[in-house]
Parts: sequence; structure tokens; C-alpha cells
Amino acid sequence: MHIVVCIKQVPDSAQIRVHPVTNTIMRQGVPTIINPYDLFALEEALRLCDRLGGEVTVLTMGPPMAEDSLRKALTFGAERGVLLTDRFFAGSDTLATSYALSCAIKKIGEAWGPVSVVFAGKQTIDGDTAQVGPGIATRLQLNQLTYVAKINEIDEEAGTVEVERRAEGGVQVLSTRLPVLVTMLEGCNEMRRGSLTHALRAASADITVWNAEAAGVPDVGSCGLRGSPTVVKRVFAPTPRAEKAEEIGRAGMSHEELAEAAIDELFARHPTIEADLRDFAATSQEEWR
Amino acid sequence: MVEERFDAIVVGAGPAGNAAAYTMAKEGLKVLQLERGEYPGSKNVQGAILYADALEKLIANFREDAPLERHVIEQRLWMLDDRSYTGMHYRSDDFNEEKPNRYTIIRAQFDKWFSQKVREAGATVICETTVKDLIRNTKGRVIGVQTDREEGTVMADVVVLAEGVNGLVGQRAGLREELKPDTVALAVKEMHFLPSDVIEARFNLKGDEGVVIEAMGTVTSGMTGTAFLYTNQESISVGIGCLVCDFKESGEAPYALLEKFKAHPAIRPLLEGSEVKEYAAHLIPEGGYDAIPELYGDGWVIVGDAGQFVNAAHREGSNLAMTTGRIAGETIVRLKRTRQDFTAAELSLYAKRLEESFVLKDLKKYRRLPGFLHGNKERLFGLYPQLLSKAAQTWLRVDGTDKRAKEKEIWAAFRQSRGLKGLLGDAYRLARAWR
Ligand SMILES: Cc1cc2nc3c(=O)[nH]c(=O)nc-3n(C[C@H](O)[C@H](O)[C@H](O)COP(=O)(O)OP(=O)(O)OC[C@H]3O[C@@H](n4cnc5c(N)ncnc54)[C@H](O)[C@@H]3O)c2cc1C
Repeated sequence: MHIVVCIKQVPDSAQIRVHPVTNTIMRQGVPTIINPYDLFALEEALRLCDRLGGEVTVLTMGPPMAEDSLRKALTFGAERGVLLTDRFFAGSDTLATSYALSCAIKKIGEAWGPVSVVFAGKQTIDGDTAQVGPGIATRLQLNQLTYVAKINEIDEEAGTVEVERRAEGGVQVLSTRLPVLVTMLEGCNEMRRGSLTHALRAASADITVWNAEAAGVPDVGSCGLRGSPTVVKRVFAPTPRAEKAEEIGRAGMSHEELAEAAIDELFARHPTIEADLRDFAATSQEEWR
Repeated sequence: MVEERFDAIVVGAGPAGNAAAYTMAKEGLKVLQLERGEYPGSKNVQGAILYADALEKLIANFREDAPLERHVIEQRLWMLDDRSYTGMHYRSDDFNEEKPNRYTIIRAQFDKWFSQKVREAGATVICETTVKDLIRNTKGRVIGVQTDREEGTVMADVVVLAEGVNGLVGQRAGLREELKPDTVALAVKEMHFLPSDVIEARFNLKGDEGVVIEAMGTVTSGMTGTAFLYTNQESISVGIGCLVCDFKESGEAPYALLEKFKAHPAIRPLLEGSEVKEYAAHLIPEGGYDAIPELYGDGWVIVGDAGQFVNAAHREGSNLAMTTGRIAGETIVRLKRTRQDFTAAELSLYAKRLEESFVLKDLKKYRRLPGFLHGNKERLFGLYPQLLSKAAQTWLRVDGTDKRAKEKEIWAAFRQSRGLKGLLGDAYRLARAWR
């Protein structure tokens, strides 16, 4: 089975700072990572290949340095990495991005065999739109399964797939036909470590680099800034709130005493919490029985 | 086990490991470098002053693209008591030369750049991979390493241990002893963000000029240690460190010491209005010449902090790391060319070349210094800074006392607290330790 996983290189948001004077985002020196949501998709793809055989192609669109994220993906065991990079792609919003990626996925299918599943993360941590995955599905006319928590079964022969999808108020069990686009929910698996052999291979692997032409993009006018109707009107940092910290407990108290003091204080300030918690404990006890 | 075989495996991607890997890869050896951090530099802490000479000998044109912060044009040495400092400053326009001699750097960025050069030279660099142990053949010769990944053993003709001060791999393999608390310092450090124009105004700088301050005195409360403050482009690095055994004995917390240093009337105004960016702690080997372990054996050599190569008196570490890494690399290239076997006898060439270099000459020169500093810590990091400050103040205050009386008062203060014999003894011991 041939699986394509779309990933994005993003700044490690935990390490982004706002310049105290100019109030702009300081990108310089901020390390980049693979969008954390994409790792769940990649791991799920690798697991499918472990189970059913096949290979994973990892695809990203970004500046030349996004190659690092593909190399990283190879250390986990992906077969190859494809980097879409071209000045035509610069400034793409979700519409233009899904256009370029879908062209590349078509091309990947031609080069390395038909693609049964395209995976994407639920969303990115630097855009939070959750639009690119569904955009690709629409353009390639794939069935789409979003917010998937578990893949129950894939039958390649029969061309069917069954998944569990997290929805408000419950879990939906859905099945559809391949090929399919899946966006994976966070927390559904844990990324593997990758063997030393994989790590070595990743270090010296050739990454496939495609510009718009090589990726078979027919209309560069639909790419990049020109193909992006989204307009960002203003970026601002929320003003920090100043709240005084209070000290609970005294020096010399044991850990238990400190915990007690903290709980007492909490209950005292939010009088309903204690009762709510008791109710909750009682009902869940009953359900348990 | 990995099938691919290497000429050399380098453990660690700090300055020592990078220098060794770069030297060997550039000469066409097949090199594998393993680093446990997420990326080279992610684990590394340094003040940090970069000494150009050691890097120039590896990458002559490093100034073109290395992430350098400021070149150092002024050095301050301060003796602190609780309220004052007695200092020596040296500033010279000669340091504004075409190829400056010292720079401040930020290690995380610098190490990443250095590692890129290592890759470009042709070495295979793998991060997030910890070397657990060395593999030996039946004769005890080191033939490879065991990592924490699956299928994690890999073989090579020779292993370069550049794993930094802790040296756990060397220890586990029985090549060296455990670190002793009286030969290693624990340093804590903060980065304070400040706009560059504020730094330049505050330290009287223009462009890329920088200032470094080294300080010692009562701020370490009688413990053997020093503090520093270095100017970067848009931040200030400030830190303090003391011998681990002194921390243990006094029960003082390292971060509390740093708070004390930052609150000192001489330091506080320099940091005012800054935002703390990061906090880090790291060990520094300070045992000097006598703490150096066995440096080579059948199939292995030790370089950098792992070999205790730090000249604490001059705050030189990274340059010794780069130099030992380079010399080990050159030795291995030479042995490889002549188809040698990397036995201990052959690798002894490495130690011989170190003896001839500034590295072992300097460490030998200061051989007695660690013992002197530690043995006289209450006086050096308590009494003398106080006496010095008091002397300066007595001398400078104009209060109707005649100068001869002032001289007498100063002299009396020294004699009362230490006695003539004590003073002479300390002076003699210092001179001897410095020789
Ligand atoms: C606060 C402070 C300030 C300093 N200031 C200066 C200064 O201003 N100038 C100066 O020249 N020196 C300074 N030093 C000293 C300098 O930092 C060191 O001498 C230098 O970093 C030593 O280089 P190294 O490559 O030997 O070790 P390190 O830089 O410690 O690198 C060792 C590397 O090995 C990796 N590693 C360790 N174990 C394993 C393993 N088992 N498997 C894989 N990888 C492993 C580590 O992650 C690390 O990246 C300072 C040190 C400190 C702590």
C-alpha cells in the first residue's frame, strides 16, 4: 500500500517570544519542528505499513530548510520525502496550499504507485485552520474522514476502510471506500523512536525537491500570494494581565500540609466546587457499578 | 546491528566533537557523529566567549557566516564585597581589528552552525541518539558503540569520546573514574533580553563591540567560584559557578547565589529592564592537570571537557575542546593514511602532540592553582575582597585624616585579620600556584 503523509514545518510555538519593545513576533533563532499534529498522522501511516506492508511518502511544501522536517520524518521509517519549494508558492493560504499539495500528490502517485491513503494532521499549530486536509480531499475527489481517533480496518482488496471518528457527544464508526483522506486526532498514538538504521538512512537520503513545474502544477496563478484570497488584516499580541500572586501555606510545611492548604483555599474561594466534586464522585461510582 | 562501517565514530557534538569530526571528514575519512540532544547545541551551556584562534585553525574564514554576537574590546575583572567592587578594566581600540581575537556567542546557535560545517565536510551526523556503551572485542580493543536506538550497534576503527564533562560512556566502559566533587564546578546562567541600543549605551559600545566582566568575591560566600556577565547582540549572559563540594558543604542553592549576584549594586543597574529568556545549569571541569584521565587506549581517544581540558583561571574551555578535538582528528587521519591499527601505542601520538601544545603546557603551569584556590577559599572569596574594598575606600575618602595615618590604618587592617606571616604565606602560595 502506498500512503502519502502531508506534514508542515512550523516554529516551535513554545519558544516564540514577542519583542518587548516593538511588539512583533521574534522568529529569529526559534527552532522549527514538525507540526505536532502531523506526527500522529505519520505514526498511524507507519503502523498501517507495518501491518499490511507498503511504504510511506512524506510530502511538505515550504522553504528549502523544510527539508529538515522531511529528513526527520525519514528517521521514523518513512520511505521517501518530497519537498515542494518554489517562489510561486510563497505566501500561500489554505486554498493555494491545498491546490499545490493535491497536484504533487497526483504526481507522487504517478512516480511511485497509486496512493490509497493520504494522511494529514488535524490542523497546524501556526495556522489552526484545519482546512488543508479537507481541501486536498475535495480537489482530488477523495473520500474524507476527519478527526479520526482510530483506524479499525483497511481492506485493500475490497477497497474499504473503517474508522472511529470523534464527534461531539460520542464516537462515530464510519466506513467508506479507498482512496481516502484521513486527518488524525491528537493523542491517538505515540510516535516511535526509529531505529539506528533508519536514522542513518535519513541522514544521507536524497530528498526529492520539486518546483511548481516538476510537481505538475498546471496553473501557477492559483498558487502563492496570487492564489490566496485570505487577507490578514492585523496581527497583535494580547496585552498581558497583571494579577498579584498570593502565597498559600508557610515555610516549613510538609508537602501534604501544603497540598491540604491549597485545596482548602480553593474550596473556600469557590464554594460550589466541593459539592460538585462530591456529586461527580458519587455518580461515577454508580456508573462504575 | 547496523551494517555500515565507519572509519571513526565521534560521541558528542560540542566544540570538541565537532572539531574532531570536521578534521577527519574533511580529509576524506568516513565519520559518524552521534549526539544525544535534539540538535547540536541544544544541551550545551557556555558563557560564552569564543576564542578565534582555535576555530581559525579549523575554519579559517569562519567570520563570514558564523553566528557571532559581539567582538570583545573590553575586559573587566572585579573583586566584589557586598556593596562595592574593586576592579581592573582593560579596553583597547586595538581589539577593533580586522580579525578580532575574542567574540561572545550563543552556544545553541553557534553549535548548530558548526555542525552544519561538519555535515558539509562529509560526516554523517545523527541527533537524538545517546551512546550507551563501548563495544570491545575479546582482546579488549574498542571496536564500536552501542546506542539507545533499535538495531543500535555500529562499528568503527576508532571511537572519539567528546561527550563533555560528565563522561558517562568513558566511566561505564571503565576508561576513567567518576567525577569528584572537588574537581568540578556547577555553574548556573541566565540570558537577559535587552535591545541592542540599550546595551550599547549602558556599556559604552558601538556596533558589534562587546564587554565581558569576570567577578569574584564575597558573592560566593566563601565558596570557590567566580561569576560573569557578557554582552551579546541583544542579550546579556550572566552566571555564577562554584565547586560542587563547596555547594554541598555550605548548603547554598546555586540559583540563590545567582540572585545575589544579580542584586549586587554593581550588577543590578546593568540588567535593569531586561527580560529573562532562559535559565540553564551545567558542570565545568576544574580539577586541572591532575584530574586529566587516561587519554587514549586501543581504539579510543578522549577530547574536550571529557578529558578535563579546561583552564579555569582564564575561563578557557571551548578553545581547548576544539584544539584537542582537532589534534585527535589529525592524529587519526595520519594513522589511517599509514594503515595503522589505532592501538594505544599508536594513539599515544595524540598525547605527545598535546604535550607540545598550549593545552597541556597551560594546564601544567596552573597545576597547583585548583588546590590553592580551594584550600584558601574563605580568604580569597571573603576576607581579601573585603580588605581590598576597605583599603580603597579609606584611601579615597577625604576626611581630614593625613595620608600616612590612612596608610597605617590600611596596613593594620590587613595585619590584624591575617597576620604578617599569613599574608606572606598567601602571597608565596599564590605566586607558586601561578608559576
Ligand atoms: C556557564 C559556563 C560558562 C562557560 N564559559 C566559557 C567561555 O566563556 N569560554 C570558553 O571557552 N569555555 C567556557 N565554558 C566551557 C565550555 O563550555 C566547555 O569547555 C566546552 O563546551 C567543552 O566542549 P565539549 O565539546 O568537550 O563538551 P560539550 O560542549 O559539553 O559537548 C558534549 C556533547 O556531547 C553530548 N553527549 C554527551 N553524552 C553523550 C552520549 N552518551 N551520547 C551522545 N552524545 C552525548 C552532549 O549532549 C553535548 O552536546 C563555560 C562552561 C560553562 C558551563
